[in-house]
Amino acid sequence: MSEDKTGITMMDAPIYLDYNFTAGSATSRFLHGLKQGVLIGQRCPGCDAVYVPARGSCARCGVATGEDVVLSDKATVESFTIVYIPIPGNPIKPPYIIANVVPDGANISFIHLISECNNEDVRIGQRVQAVWKPESEWTYAMDNIIYFKPIDEADIDPEQIGR
Amino acid sequence: MAELAAVVGIGQTKYQTKRIDVSIAGLVREAARNALDDAGLDWDDIDAVILGKAPDMFEGVVMPELYLTDALGCNGKPMLRVHTAGSVGGSTAIVAASYVQSGVFKRVLTVSFEKQSESNAMWALSNPQPFSPHLNAGAGGYFAPIIREYMRRSGAPYDVGIKVATKDRKHALRNPNAHLHLEDISMAMVEESPMLWDPIRFLEACPSSDGACSMVIAHESLVGDSPRAPAWIRGTAVRSEPTMYAGREEVNPQAGRDCAADVYKQAGISDPRKDLDCAEVYVPFSWYEPMWLENLGFAPEGEGWKLTMEGVTSLDEGGDTPWNCSGGVLSSNPIGASGMIRFAEAALQVRNDAGEHQVEGAKTALGHAYGGGAQFFAMWIVSADKP
Repeated sequence: MSEDKTGITMMDAPIYLDYNFTAGSATSRFLHGLKQGVLIGQRCPGCDAVYVPARGSCARCGVATGEDVVLSDKATVESFTIVYIPIPGNPIKPPYIIANVVPDGANISFIHLISECNNEDVRIGQRVQAVWKPESEWTYAMDNIIYFKPIDEADIDPEQIGR
Repeated sequence: MAELAAVVGIGQTKYQTKRIDVSIAGLVREAARNALDDAGLDWDDIDAVILGKAPDMFEGVVMPELYLTDALGCNGKPMLRVHTAGSVGGSTAIVAASYVQSGVFKRVLTVSFEKQSESNAMWALSNPQPFSPHLNAGAGGYFAPIIREYMRRSGAPYDVGIKVATKDRKHALRNPNAHLHLEDISMAMVEESPMLWDPIRFLEACPSSDGACSMVIAHESLVGDSPRAPAWIRGTAVRSEPTMYAGREEVNPQAGRDCAADVYKQAGISDPRKDLDCAEVYVPFSWYEPMWLENLGFAPEGEGWKLTMEGVTSLDEGGDTPWNCSGGVLSSNPIGASGMIRFAEAALQVRNDAGEHQVEGAKTALGHAYGGGAQFFAMWIVSADKP
């Protein structure tokens, strides 16, 4: 048998990683809220800001958040990007819109999809509302919300978003 | 700072898409050897090694510092690894400098690297999180909405980013180490490149590179042992802030402003545009040039884009404060090394050794890096003049 001695320059060596996520008390309440179809935030006792998803503390004030706040599933687009490339490990087909949305009653945004609209019509300050999966499919995940869709309400002044 | 320190050796690799001729160990050793040769020194002259790289997921090699000890000649010597995401190349150089300035070590070798071809940084930055929808689309997906907000606030024309992308690639043509050498680069070419994360086009984003950068930092008493002109370290600063909090200023982060104020104070800089001859600033997406021009105090808030459009940051246009004469992160991006390349290129400029991309008569320069969600900052100022 002849021996091939060309250089070996690349070998596939995949790493698989499973991990357990300890949510903690604040994020547990947030995830339990999602299971009920509700967005639950928490208010900072220092600056009154409402965080969602609640992570248990206000990173600005360095204090624990305690008071639960039930939020609307209506929100405002703080900013967004239209993405033309796929997300590794996600079957979503480009182009799609990822927006930073601030739910009514909260002072911080999270990212989610915007759909049921023309991509070129999405704008900062636009009003949107969550579109939920059927209740029978609700689990402990943000994926219970499929996307946010524009609603017929006046835009918010960009300087006032999340204030 | 108690003791004076200077950069006495600089070593880089040629940045390119794939270095299939070397392992990670071979890559870092090449940069380190180049820095030692530049400094006229050998492995025995080094007291400690400070290594930096970005997240381990970028190559899938967990704790690479464990196996790089021998490649970097530090068996039996102190070896530390630094990690601050994309800013790591900068903060690694600062940790190395701090050890010399504190008097703990007299001569330190610092190295940083990334071998992006061995894995996929976009994948590594796009992992699902249990409390969030799986929509994080790499670094571009994170920064694009922040850029959009900058465009809204500043009212800047749509082609400012296109200008930056073109300018930095023109600079890269002067730098033999740069990854991208796009001979026919033009604003039309950038504008016609595909949109990736609107408003970021393909040619407005950094490439994925393999490469390493290294420096030797010496105590004042040993500077004379090396043949090259020293680049004196006049100030170093690092700042961080949380990724997310209510009311966080993401376009013009507080940590960046504080870091700049600190390093300017140490180096006696009162007007950065006037007092600095050039700067190497971490601009991985084109619009970050005008954003950092404001964050770093080169222009008032909302007006950084005017400097870009006037050619102030362009070597080819004879600007008074050229930015990223090496071609910058937009032309070479071995992520973990990218910050250190900024610091090393600033040092090359002040020792008048930057070849075709030299800013004539440069005496004082800024090296800058940022990382994470624009939440880690590292900066230094180097000068030809001893303080």
